[in-house]
Amino acid sequence: MTTAAPLEVRSLTKHFAVRSAFRRTHVHAVDDVSFDLRHGTITALVGESGSGKSTVARLLAHLFEPSDGAVIFEGVDVSRVRRRQDVLRYRSQVQMIFQDPFASLNPVKTIRHHVERPLRIHGIVPPAQIEERVHELLRTVGLVPPQDIAAKYPHELSGGQRQRVAIARALAVEPRVVLADEPISMLDVSIRIGILNLMLKLKEERRIAFLYVTHDLASARYVADDILVMYAGQIVERGPIEQVLSEPLHPYTRLLLAAVPDPATKLRAQRIEARKGRASAAVDPQEGCRFVTRCPLAIDVCSRVTPELVEAQPQQAARCHVTAPAPSS
Amino acid sequence: MTAAVEESASVRTREAALLEIRQLVVEYGAGERPARAVDGVDLAIGEGEIVGLAGESGCGKTTVANAVMQLLRPPARIVGGSILFEGEDLLGKSAEQLRRYRGRNVSMVLQSAMNALNPVMRVGDQFVDTMRAHERIDRRRALMRAGELLELVGIDRGRARSYPHELSGGMRQRVIIAMALALNPQLIIMDEPTTALDVVVQREILQQVEALKREFSFAVLFITHDLSLLLEFADRIAIMYAGEIVETAPAEQLAVSPQHPYTQGLLASFPPLTGTWTRLTGIPGSPPDLRDPPVGCRFNPRCPHCRPEDHELYVRQTTERPKLRIVAPGHEVACHLIARGSE
Repeated sequence: MTTAAPLEVRSLTKHFAVRSAFRRTHVHAVDDVSFDLRHGTITALVGESGSGKSTVARLLAHLFEPSDGAVIFEGVDVSRVRRRQDVLRYRSQVQMIFQDPFASLNPVKTIRHHVERPLRIHGIVPPAQIEERVHELLRTVGLVPPQDIAAKYPHELSGGQRQRVAIARALAVEPRVVLADEPISMLDVSIRIGILNLMLKLKEERRIAFLYVTHDLASARYVADDILVMYAGQIVERGPIEQVLSEPLHPYTRLLLAAVPDPATKLRAQRIEARKGRASAAVDPQEGCRFVTRCPLAIDVCSRVTPELVEAQPQQAARCHVTAPAPSS
Repeated sequence: MTAAVEESASVRTREAALLEIRQLVVEYGAGERPARAVDGVDLAIGEGEIVGLAGESGCGKTTVANAVMQLLRPPARIVGGSILFEGEDLLGKSAEQLRRYRGRNVSMVLQSAMNALNPVMRVGDQFVDTMRAHERIDRRRALMRAGELLELVGIDRGRARSYPHELSGGMRQRVIIAMALALNPQLIIMDEPTTALDVVVQREILQQVEALKREFSFAVLFITHDLSLLLEFADRIAIMYAGEIVETAPAEQLAVSPQHPYTQGLLASFPPLTGTWTRLTGIPGSPPDLRDPPVGCRFNPRCPHCRPEDHELYVRQTTERPKLRIVAPGHEVACHLIARGSE
């Protein structure tokens, strides 16, 4: 089945200049990142903190302007639109859900206010129908009875309920794309699954294209169809999630998988050798693979030549000289 | 029968326990309806043992840790029970005795350890302060020790001259662990020590704690909401819900045969990384308000086995607090379903 891609990301790049007392460095937070988000598909974007995954989500939400590259929404490059009207129109189609449901709601406003505001601003329904639509949205995200919930303030709700409010608010404008930045990492374990199931339901019923940003591979496997693995600003592996997690190509993906707690095995005691202070590989990167200093498979070429993203398996690509060598070499 | 079972449980733990918490009750707030954050908790930790305390936010696990450290401040107060360290009750010790106890006997790695370091002091000087507060040692020797401790946790000793902001989150966490080791305590309390770190760093740090534990044979009380982590790391696990311990078992046993519906729900809330995809349900509802907890079993509003159709059981579930009962060696569960099965 071919699904149209409402959002195409092409060579997206974001560099931040960091000035210190003596020198000026550039953090390559996002470097030449390309992927598609398709209707009715959840794409997981995983990586460690500082890998640039949240920056990608924020670039797509138009919270920053990229240094280079394009974000193509339904055929139009929206990465540099500036007119308020155009930005608003884009944001009504591409919504974001943030990590912290405690910080993303206004504590002095009721839940009704949060959900009806986008309906008014974007003129989604006639004013007479707003009340009804608010209740419908709250029911959609599993907040019942909606009349009671709508009258409450954020502090009266649990973390999971608050995150559901944030999702209802995002859905109010009937978006085609939802960017979810670590939406469950601050929630209690027992209610995380509920939010993930809600994402699955919305993907199926509303054909929403989701970008699910997370560092948790297990939850990514539970909801996502495709996976993008980021390391030091670059995508180092991408492909169908089941395939990537069962046969990972990139050594970093393998490292991530090995680090996930596995109840079936006991942790091995291990002394960690002192690492000499090393700046992140995304700061003023040199030619060569950015993972080379941590890589168990590194060979000579790795520190000299930057690997390209090579499709070594059908639909599965990795940026590695060893496991996904370029066809010519 | 119940009384006999409880008797044998406490006799068993009394033998080798380094720390023993008995029927601890902690309340927050005053007035007619204080919140009982901890309500009758029993927990023993043996020498060199890693005990995990798992539960969701607000279940009282951090309050237990603060009680053991004697760090509770108003509006929190201990209203019942005792905390014995090597047989001596901490409640009733003087401020100076407690100051010596913290650090020498027990030290703590805090939840937001990233922010626990003083930002305007070099890391090494913070070690020196800690050591000199507890023993007579000159500055030069203390700095030497600081360097050794840093190397123990995999940090270059030259880093003693760094300021905290010059270190990554994972390194700061290791510094805190090294500092907790500085006075060679018998027990280290770790409250969500790796929650803010990503999985790779988390794993490295836990492997290191395990290695250090073998070398220095301290005990660990490890507090987290991440049960999957504990199954791998802890010797024994206690599951806490709404101020009570609902199940304790050796880690291996809890992994394969969890008995309490809450433990089962928690374990079923972690999607697996391998095997066929199955739909998970998590646990419906949310934890209760501790100012007004449910009568009877506190888990009853969320429990899949609490149904009015099963009348006799339902009445007990909604009126009577279940007690911890032994179901297997070292495995105790507080659940009416279990009680019914064993009678």
